[in-house]
Amino acid sequence: MKLYCLSGHPTLPCNVLKFKSTTIMLDCGLDMTSTLNFLPLPLVQSPRLSNLPGWSLKDGNAFLDKELKECSGHVFVDSVPEFCLPETELIDLSTVDVILISNYHCMMALPYITEHTGFSGTVYATEPTVQIGRLLMEELVNFIERVPKAQSASLWKNKDIQREGLCLIQPIYRERRPCHVLWSCVENQIIQCSGSQSMIPRPAPGASLGSLLEMQILRPTSNLNRKLWVWHPAIHLLAYPPAEFSLVFQPMDQASLKNSDVLILTGLTQIPTANPDGMVGEFCSNLALTVRNGGNVLVPCYPSGVIYDLLECLYQYIDSAGLSNIPFYFISPVANSSLEFSQIFAEWLCHNKQTKVYLPEPPFPHAELIQTNKLKHYPSLHGDFSSDFRQPCVVFTGHPSLRFGDVVHFMELWGKSSLNTVIFTEPDFSYLEALAPYQPLAMKCIYCPIDTRLNFIQVSKLLKEVQPLHVVCPEQYTQPPPAQSHRMDLMIDCQPPAMSYRRAEVLALPFKRRYEKIEIMPELADALVPMEIKPGISLATVSAVLHTKDNKHILQPPPRPAQPTGGKKRKRAAEDIPDCKVLKPLLSGSIPVEQFVQTLEKHGFSDIKVEDTAKGHIVLLQEAETLIQIEEDSTHIICDNDEMLRVRLRDLVLKFLQKF
Amino acid sequence: MRVPGARTRTHTPNWPTRCPGISSLTMDPECSQLLPALCAVLADPRQPMADDTCLEKLLDWFKTITEAGSSLLLLQENPCLVELLCHMLKPQDLSSRVLSFSLRLTGVLAAQEDCFQYLQQGELLPKLFGEAGPLGGAAWTSPAVRSGWIQGLRSLAQHASALHFLAHCGAVDTIFSLQEDSSLFVASAAGQLLVHILGLSMQGPAGGPPSLQAGDWPACAQKIVGHIEESLRATATPQITQALNVLTTTFGHCHNPWTQVLWVQLSPLVAGLLEKDPIPAAHSLVDLLLSVARSPGLSSSSCGLWETLAQTLSHLSPTQAGPLALGILKLQDCPQALRAQAFAVLLQPLACVFKAMAQDPGPSGVPDGTVGGSMTAGVPLPSKAACVGLLCRSLAHLELLLPLPQRPCPWPQAPLLGAAVTLLQLCGGSARPACDMGRHLCTLLLGCVRVQRAALDFLGALSDGTGPRELVTQVFAVLLEYLRSPDSSPTVLKKAFQATFRWLLNSPKTPGCWDLDPHALLFLRDLLPVLQKRLCSPCWEVRDSSLEFLTQMTRHWGGQAGFRHALLASEVPKLTEQLLRDPESYVRASAVTAMGQLSSQGLCVPPAGPEHQGGQQSLLVELLHILSTDSEGFPRRAVMQVFTQWLRDSHADVAGDTEQFVAGVLQVASQDLDWEVRAQGLELALVFLEQTLGQPRSHCPHAVTPPVEAPVGPLAQALQPLCRVRLFDFAFRALFDCDRPVAQKSCDLLLFLRAQTASSSSLQESRSSPDVASVEAALQRWQAGDQAQPLGDLEPEVVLAVVRSLDLEGLRGALAESSDHVEKSPQSLLQDMLATVGVLGENEADCY
Repeated sequence: MKLYCLSGHPTLPCNVLKFKSTTIMLDCGLDMTSTLNFLPLPLVQSPRLSNLPGWSLKDGNAFLDKELKECSGHVFVDSVPEFCLPETELIDLSTVDVILISNYHCMMALPYITEHTGFSGTVYATEPTVQIGRLLMEELVNFIERVPKAQSASLWKNKDIQREGLCLIQPIYRERRPCHVLWSCVENQIIQCSGSQSMIPRPAPGASLGSLLEMQILRPTSNLNRKLWVWHPAIHLLAYPPAEFSLVFQPMDQASLKNSDVLILTGLTQIPTANPDGMVGEFCSNLALTVRNGGNVLVPCYPSGVIYDLLECLYQYIDSAGLSNIPFYFISPVANSSLEFSQIFAEWLCHNKQTKVYLPEPPFPHAELIQTNKLKHYPSLHGDFSSDFRQPCVVFTGHPSLRFGDVVHFMELWGKSSLNTVIFTEPDFSYLEALAPYQPLAMKCIYCPIDTRLNFIQVSKLLKEVQPLHVVCPEQYTQPPPAQSHRMDLMIDCQPPAMSYRRAEVLALPFKRRYEKIEIMPELADALVPMEIKPGISLATVSAVLHTKDNKHILQPPPRPAQPTGGKKRKRAAEDIPDCKVLKPLLSGSIPVEQFVQTLEKHGFSDIKVEDTAKGHIVLLQEAETLIQIEEDSTHIICDNDEMLRVRLRDLVLKFLQKF
Repeated sequence: MRVPGARTRTHTPNWPTRCPGISSLTMDPECSQLLPALCAVLADPRQPMADDTCLEKLLDWFKTITEAGSSLLLLQENPCLVELLCHMLKPQDLSSRVLSFSLRLTGVLAAQEDCFQYLQQGELLPKLFGEAGPLGGAAWTSPAVRSGWIQGLRSLAQHASALHFLAHCGAVDTIFSLQEDSSLFVASAAGQLLVHILGLSMQGPAGGPPSLQAGDWPACAQKIVGHIEESLRATATPQITQALNVLTTTFGHCHNPWTQVLWVQLSPLVAGLLEKDPIPAAHSLVDLLLSVARSPGLSSSSCGLWETLAQTLSHLSPTQAGPLALGILKLQDCPQALRAQAFAVLLQPLACVFKAMAQDPGPSGVPDGTVGGSMTAGVPLPSKAACVGLLCRSLAHLELLLPLPQRPCPWPQAPLLGAAVTLLQLCGGSARPACDMGRHLCTLLLGCVRVQRAALDFLGALSDGTGPRELVTQVFAVLLEYLRSPDSSPTVLKKAFQATFRWLLNSPKTPGCWDLDPHALLFLRDLLPVLQKRLCSPCWEVRDSSLEFLTQMTRHWGGQAGFRHALLASEVPKLTEQLLRDPESYVRASAVTAMGQLSSQGLCVPPAGPEHQGGQQSLLVELLHILSTDSEGFPRRAVMQVFTQWLRDSHADVAGDTEQFVAGVLQVASQDLDWEVRAQGLELALVFLEQTLGQPRSHCPHAVTPPVEAPVGPLAQALQPLCRVRLFDFAFRALFDCDRPVAQKSCDLLLFLRAQTASSSSLQESRSSPDVASVEAALQRWQAGDQAQPLGDLEPEVVLAVVRSLDLEGLRGALAESSDHVEKSPQSLLQDMLATVGVLGENEADCY
């Protein structure tokens, strides 16, 4: 079993598991941090951005100045932002049979796989993952495509320029492509899994997962959009816990992960030192502080996920903080759908939220915020928003990288006043890097990363409880974060030490199979007549043909022996049909030596001697020069060519045994 | 049915009547009449006593009587008592409570030797306390009976005859066995009884000094000592614990010379316990050694105590040794070496932290020289719980030691400061340990709220001393880190605020200047943004402690330019004002206090602002609004306190029209349902009274205008403003308030008024005027509970006449009694007990 690691990002994994002849991709994350090297895409022409000076080399050579711009000592590419794709050449992605998506954040690279690699398999994800992932993709495409960039810079990527170190920005990976995230590319290949069922995936063309694995979506799952896949390849178990938790979602059901052979751990918290509860308090305090002083608050965020938690906290907090009159705006092309979708996936939420549905109440309180006009949502800055807009206010909008989306406009609008505050809650991007192209900036910046993924304390508890034989994780988790090198608690500590992987690495998983799972056809099963040997143990004789294809083993009824109709036909039939001899009955039971000897005496044998051996007994019939060797699993009658005697003795032995 | 004790809940005591209290020293005839019936009830197993608290009260009453008079006489006058006791001897199904009561009563009566002889003659005592009594019967299974037996003997054992009796009836052996009783109360009482008997037997037959040779001691004492020795040699820990506890009590209570002989005899056995591994009953051992060390009867140096203590310190585990070390350091006369050893034990966990964290362990300074090898070997810190417990205890012990005069000298202030800072950094995750042990410690302590709280308390306590400049800078840095951290829990934050305030208070000052020093001002500049954020916290506890901290700061530095400047440049005053409307009542109350303080210092709004006047006025209006409308008591109480302080300080807003202010406040306060608000209203009235009569009790340093001028005209004129603000209407009404503190306060106020006006006799003649009569009539109706009728406008003359005619001293005396004093009389108790079982025929009106 091999694991191909196509992504180096610990929270946006893309791993391929190859086992026997089956290939499964686990998640398909798209690393967007590369966009931080690009200039923001403003909604309206920004004189400040367009007048940034071009960047020139130290020797005054300015041949890159059209493509690279300088802002407060940082260099940015003036082009359509590009993303880091998973490795595409480590493994032939057209051989991938199945892609399993555990959460909506980890599916953004799907279109690149489904479109360019010859992938012809199936993608599986839960319904909320599919729906919210779709929203994220739509928002991303909308953000980038509505402000088409006239030029597409490529000179800076030139190998020679990079090799000579002329360009300050290093393309981290070989492949970077502009936005190509289109839902339509994925739509036809994705299958939504419902949460309540344990299912066998449909066989992909050309290969069958067959007995290799069983997928199980653990219910209740952790999150609205995160799910847990557990594989049961035959008897072994390979576990893959979900990537993250949110404050409002259920804790993970860990029972199914117990005694795994291999546990692949990805998507742990990115900010292990920040406690989400403390950060939510920090968020509320800073928000109230700004608004009370007449300033505006900008919250760059994704259209789904933590925003639900933030709105819920604010719902409880705004009245007590005297902020009831402050408008909250949520601006995203998918704002409406996101708010509505979150309310209809109640079965994925924690118990409290689920019970609300039966009251009936919406599980999240943002419905009430909308009803009372405290929260308003708009698809974009244009249109209704501009007429409703009043300050001071709180705006939730994307994209958290501050490189595209409506947030760019607000940064330009509010950046000059120290009354305003931008509060970063998404942990995916370095806030300092995100702010770099907006410098100098007067507005206050608060960093309250709210990362509800598993932290290291939770992981250590999880490992203690489920006790996997081996743990596989990104290399970042095997040492403390560079900024906190003394924090030995901020790493995975387990025995044996976790196997770590990095991008473009292939791991051989220490995983050996000893058993295969075999299915039995119903008609064959019907024909079986089990016989109880011991209480609770029944046996039956099975005569069948083993049919093996695509890793799937099926026992089929044996073909009926042909009727002896004609010589020619019979001969032919004999050729075609495997030789099915008449079955001898199977024997079971044990032979009580004393009774056996008595029986022998009764039948006229005399001069009988019994010897005990290590494995059983030897009954010697001296007169007949015959020896009966009785052992636990075999009985031998050794006599000197006297077939009659042997058959007599055999029959006497058989009297003590059961037949079936 | 009337429940005894229920009357204590009565809200309106009939205060002017004087009733006999529980302190009645002899039995009055009424009680003597009731007693036979009661004894009959007690003796009747068909009439169970539902409530045994009345038996306790009854016993207390008998104790009071016997302490004051002759028990023998009591028995002779009330033969029913002896009958009751005799009745206990009959085989019957008696309640264990009554049996226990009877045993204890017997003990109380037999404490006097003549009564003891009297009861002995009737063979009552051996029958009750000997094998023939409950001891051998089924009743003995009840812990109450066993406890009654022990307590009876404890009361009885007061004289030599009692000792003979105990020896004769074999009680001591029973007491030995009761030390292992399943009931902890019984076991503990048995131990104490042994101590008592030992002490009694050592008093000698004729009160003469006992022999100092243990071999010559009375048999009873020798028996007990022998038992203790045997227990100390035992292998079972419970037995050793009992012996140690008995000895601890002995040395704690008895300081006669024989105790030294006892210690010399037993100390080898005690020291022998230290050889065992693990040391049995370590806590009891520590208690014993400290008890011995504290005993003035022992010359510690001569009996090897110091050696034993030193030995114990080195043998006990760090957790067990902590209390012993603290106890040793509290001792007055103790060898220096032992003190150093004890101090090292207390410092050991901190030294361990230091060692784990120090880059260079050499000069860390925590008492390296004083601490032996055991410390440097490192305290084992196996688990989080053990490590946290040890550190918290160590910090708590050091904190207790800090203010004591006998604390070790030189006090390692700087290393301790460093250790507290390091601990806080470890818990907060900002420490950067260099070695593996440090990293391990970091993992154990990270985010540990218990250690954070203890370390912050300790750090605050250390503020009384000084420290090197760079260390003080570190202290402020770590405090700021805690105040800033989003992960600080509300309790930790509160402690961080407290420690910060203490450090600011003790930060070095420029001579001749009360303002904060430049470093503290720099710190303040960092602190105020944090405070601003904390005032907006979603957690109400955080908002509350932030406001309390602000109030403290303003109270101390509100007049100082540096502080004023920094505060006014921040948003803090504005945010505080907004918290007056906080949904949480505690926060509103704290905001009221803070705003009152800010306003007193002129820190509410920028001083030069055009809205200056309006802002101040609106605060007064806002506070009045809170006083009259807030649904919770805390904010209203806070408003009253602020108003009282404003009046005392002659706050600018109040000084403008004091009468109108006082009248308005008193009117609202008098109708408040919260008694504390009404009591505070009386406090405000008293301040106004003092100011009007010209005798202010205190001067406020921040007073904006001088106090109201002393009246120069005649008394009536001086009292006019008081009448105009309807102060007397409020005070008289409060006199009959159903809450005692309010009535007491009003009483004090009127007494003060009477004292102030005593010299003036010009108004005497108005005493018999019709106005006075009508006021007095109204007051009587108020007293009866009908407070509907107002007093109307009062003239000063009428007020004075009424005040002089009231029996205010009597009233104050009655109010000083506890509210149930009327119902505490023995007669009432007897009646209650009889009523419970229905003997008294008809029930009186019940208070329920």
